Amino acid sequence: MEWLNALVQGTLLGGLYALFAAGLSLIFGVMRLVNIAHGDLIVLAAYLGLSVTTTLGLHPLLALLMVMPAMAAIGYAVQRGVLNQTLGDDLLPPLLVTFGLSVIIQNGLLEVYTADPQKLNAGALETASVAVGGLSLGLLPLLTFGIAVAVIWGLQWTFYHTALGRAFRAVSDNQDIAQLMGLIRHHIFGLAMALALAVTALAGILLGVRTSFDPSIGGGRLIFGFEAVIIGGLGNLWGTLAGGVILGVAQTLGAKIDPGWQVLSGHIAFLLILAVRPNGLFPRISA
Amino acid sequence: MTQQVYYVTRSSHAARVAAILGAVVLIVLIAAPWWAGRADLRLMGELFLYLALASLWNLMAGYAGLVSVGQQAYVGFGGYMLFALTMFAGLPPGLAIGLAGVLGAFIAVPTALLIFRLRGAYFAIGTWVVAEVFRLSFAQVSSLGGGSGSSLPVGIVKSLASSRSAREYLSYWLALGVAVLVVAAVYLFLRSRKGLALTAIRDNELAAASLGIDIWRTKFLVYIATAALTSVVGALIFLQKLRISPDAAFSVNDWTAFVIFIVVIGGIGTIEGPIIGTLIFFALRETLADLGTIYLLVLGLVAIVVMLKAPKGVWGLIRTRFDLQLFPLGYRVLQNDEQKGA
Repeated sequence: MEWLNALVQGTLLGGLYALFAAGLSLIFGVMRLVNIAHGDLIVLAAYLGLSVTTTLGLHPLLALLMVMPAMAAIGYAVQRGVLNQTLGDDLLPPLLVTFGLSVIIQNGLLEVYTADPQKLNAGALETASVAVGGLSLGLLPLLTFGIAVAVIWGLQWTFYHTALGRAFRAVSDNQDIAQLMGLIRHHIFGLAMALALAVTALAGILLGVRTSFDPSIGGGRLIFGFEAVIIGGLGNLWGTLAGGVILGVAQTLGAKIDPGWQVLSGHIAFLLILAVRPNGLFPRISA
Repeated sequence: MTQQVYYVTRSSHAARVAAILGAVVLIVLIAAPWWAGRADLRLMGELFLYLALASLWNLMAGYAGLVSVGQQAYVGFGGYMLFALTMFAGLPPGLAIGLAGVLGAFIAVPTALLIFRLRGAYFAIGTWVVAEVFRLSFAQVSSLGGGSGSSLPVGIVKSLASSRSAREYLSYWLALGVAVLVVAAVYLFLRSRKGLALTAIRDNELAAASLGIDIWRTKFLVYIATAALTSVVGALIFLQKLRISPDAAFSVNDWTAFVIFIVVIGGIGTIEGPIIGTLIFFALRETLADLGTIYLLVLGLVAIVVMLKAPKGVWGLIRTRFDLQLFPLGYRVLQNDEQKGA
């Protein structure tokens, strides 16, 4: 029963990791950009949530109504202002510029919010649980997992059933021809980043409600998201969810053996899958 | 009828002047313990170690196209090997430093086989995962102090040299030595056959492959060699610090972010770039370090602006302006203006 419990909790934790990963996966799918600052943007969203909840006294989930548009606006501005200039055949500029962004965000947060760990207060939601067949499931992890499924489904639907999704797929297939067909590439990229950071806002707030956070944890969150993307297979959103779940389960099982092994066993699971299936479990596109 | 005489040369006037100046500077630096204070000596030692790290990262990212954000894995590994080999195997520190490099190369082989499956930017994050695995693993080793780390025992420190100033001189010379070794190794490597292959890969991977260059093998060799030397530098860094902990040893900020900024600002893909970048970085650090996090903000901003506006860095600007190359790598065809022979 204890092991089953660890399995279920790990699965639910995987929902959060899938949310970390969804933004990464989306940006990579549309413009082949890997955003090293992604983890720090998740933390930035959590801090924006903190500011909104403490100044307005709102519940963190309600704060999303303000944080999501704010993050989307930041995403559009950063993409149009900086990142679009780095896109091209050369791999170095986007990598190094997003790396620079990561350092700027991290130290900016340190400057504004200090290094003290913070947490979002979600009241009763944090401790509420439901009993299912002898297991006690936290409402918050359940909600997180539900949101993750909904987000993945929503992104999938956007990609294949809307004009915006068609534009995303077009620029992803061939930027120049998409441009000839009247799509403004830089604008589409801006929208993709905005959408990705709106998802990141969700991830950041849910992270902040679940655990405490400080400006230095961004790198770790980037790595979890990245592992989920690679385990699931590049370009496959449902695969990313599966990857998040595998990572979450590996971590909770590792923690069950020895608390010091939690994060390490997630990394080892990732490296094992990389050794056996280098393209991930459900690859859609090759990198 | 005048006959045009052309000749092919690698050397240039600037390179010869630079070589002579470099030799003079090197002699002055070797003599530093006799003219510099204790604090300056320490600072310069740190500068040389950063120069070595930057040159190595530049070889990987600028020439082999292997952008790693996980070189702290080898810095920390080298540091921990120094501690483990001296404390548990009773080896003298000098031997332990060399052995740290060998072990670094050994551990880099399976690592490379795994992460070379990832391409481009995903390779970069993959290297970071490896560094995290190293950090978390060393934090589990309780005989090395676990998560809180340990100090080098007094006996081992004393075995280096009996007096404090002698130890400081020795660690300064070791740092200077490894910096010269790394820069010279990178330079000689790039002048060699393999180096030419590497430059070809940097310029166009497809064309290089069609000329029969084994791209995977070349990159693999560069990765292993870089790992070995980075481990040696790591061992020296923690010989200077005398204390190690997982967070300090595998710090992404200290051993990767700063190194990337140095190379990007100085000029990626050139030998001169990391040297200039290191000087600029330390000048900035010594003047702005009191500002704390603001300093890092400025550094990040400068790196982004350089990457966007002058992707070849400060040295790139100088080189295009004055057509200089202090470490001659390429050949050029020149016209002979003197009448030679008949």
